Amino acid sequence: MIEITDLRKSFDDKTVLRGITSTFEDGKTSLIIGRSGSGKTVLMKCIVGLLEPTSGDVVYDGRSFVHMSKRERTLLRREMGMIFQSAALFDSKTVLENVMFPLDMFSDDTLRGRTDRAMACLDRVGLADAAAKYPGEISGGMQKRVAIARAVAPSPRYLFCDEPNSGLDPKTSLVIDELIHSITAEYGITTIVNTHDMNSVVSIGDHILFLHQGQPEWQGTKDQVLDSKNENLSSFIFASDLFRQMAEDMRQKRN
Amino acid sequence: MFIINALKDFGAYLRLMGRVFSRPERMRMFFKQYLEEMYTLGVGSIGIVLLISFFIGAVICIQIKLNIQSAWMPVWVSGYTTREIMLLEFSSSIMCLILAGKAGSNIASELGTMRTSQQIDALEMMGVNSASYLILPKILGLVTTIPFLVIFSTVSGIIGAYATAYIGHILTPTDLTLGLQHQFTEWFFWMGVIKSLFFAFIISSVSAFFGYTVEGGSVEVGKAATRSVVSSSMLILFSDLFLTRLLS
Repeated sequence: MIEITDLRKSFDDKTVLRGITSTFEDGKTSLIIGRSGSGKTVLMKCIVGLLEPTSGDVVYDGRSFVHMSKRERTLLRREMGMIFQSAALFDSKTVLENVMFPLDMFSDDTLRGRTDRAMACLDRVGLADAAAKYPGEISGGMQKRVAIARAVAPSPRYLFCDEPNSGLDPKTSLVIDELIHSITAEYGITTIVNTHDMNSVVSIGDHILFLHQGQPEWQGTKDQVLDSKNENLSSFIFASDLFRQMAEDMRQKRN
Repeated sequence: MFIINALKDFGAYLRLMGRVFSRPERMRMFFKQYLEEMYTLGVGSIGIVLLISFFIGAVICIQIKLNIQSAWMPVWVSGYTTREIMLLEFSSSIMCLILAGKAGSNIASELGTMRTSQQIDALEMMGVNSASYLILPKILGLVTTIPFLVIFSTVSGIIGAYATAYIGHILTPTDLTLGLQHQFTEWFFWMGVIKSLFFAFIISSVSAFFGYTVEGGSVEVGKAATRSVVSSSMLILFSDLFLTRLLS
């Protein structure tokens, strides 16, 4: 479980995060949503420690990340997996080597054991056949799936996904969403996804945090999000006519 | 403003080096990277070093023989001067200036691209000291291989000089051999090797600094590569002054 308390972040005189408090539970996929510039990426970076918050706290299962030493942070990071917007695979390594990398660095298992684990992760994302290929030889969607395999290979307790669906077609986005959601439930991981893909919101959002101008405007589940009376949330979700119609259909079906 | 920026850069460089020179997390992975960097930066540079040194050796020999040597000078002057120039300056300093362009821009653009494509962030997120994992093998790889490049360069330059004798008939091979063997001082060879070790450190660490600290996109990666070549070339020239005085 990850708890963030009154998290604030400013860059010189510009305040980006204005006191965010939320809890992200184990085995659930939590989504951070909001318009561009609402502070989603900055919040994610503050949670994982790529940015230092101005004030507030981030607590990983009772361990305060903000008050940790550099060494303790490094050790905690080994319990995290992250899927970047650009997949961030190592160009010079094959798909298998990419997935094996965190195991090679930190696992004391034998080469056979590490290879088997990496192949099992690739198989889980349906890419066992692409093990010998280089990232440049596979599609963007496949790269994202390799990134998921690499992130889960060392069995992390926390999984972070920064806009995992950006640049992908709707069908591939669904595959990625489904993978993230099922892996989260399967391994009991605490997963936080930063997205503005509304399909993700209604399909995998066990817990949704809506940010508006750096503040937590609304929190709830995918079942509550369509019925929310919050104006900012509604205008964000129903910005597309198509989605408004789909949401209406879903409501009617439910009733 | 320029001085303040330079001091800021120097401070950031020292902080980065502090992170670079820390114990690798996994020696197995470090040695793998180290061997790869020796191959990429060292073995990959042999071709250009041999080619340029061959022609420079030949040109020095021709210049001395045709434009400087006169009747009142001994016959060994061309060979002697070629050897001394190759040993004292070309094979160490000038060759390192060439390597600053080849290996330096390679290091800066590789790390810069890794930074802009979030590969360095990915390493940090895994709990890896990215500076040590990426930069230390590059520094040690180039420092290890550069003495061999100095030797190859000197030998290639001398072969170039012999080519002017055997193929161009500019001077006789006997006169050239006499000059090459005249008053050989072994220390000059070691001086070139010692200087090259310092230059290798400058090339790899300065280029790595500019690449690792890139912010932005592909344009900034290009600028970082240019800055790395300019800065390491300037530092090589300055340190060459001091090292030459110190070691002579």
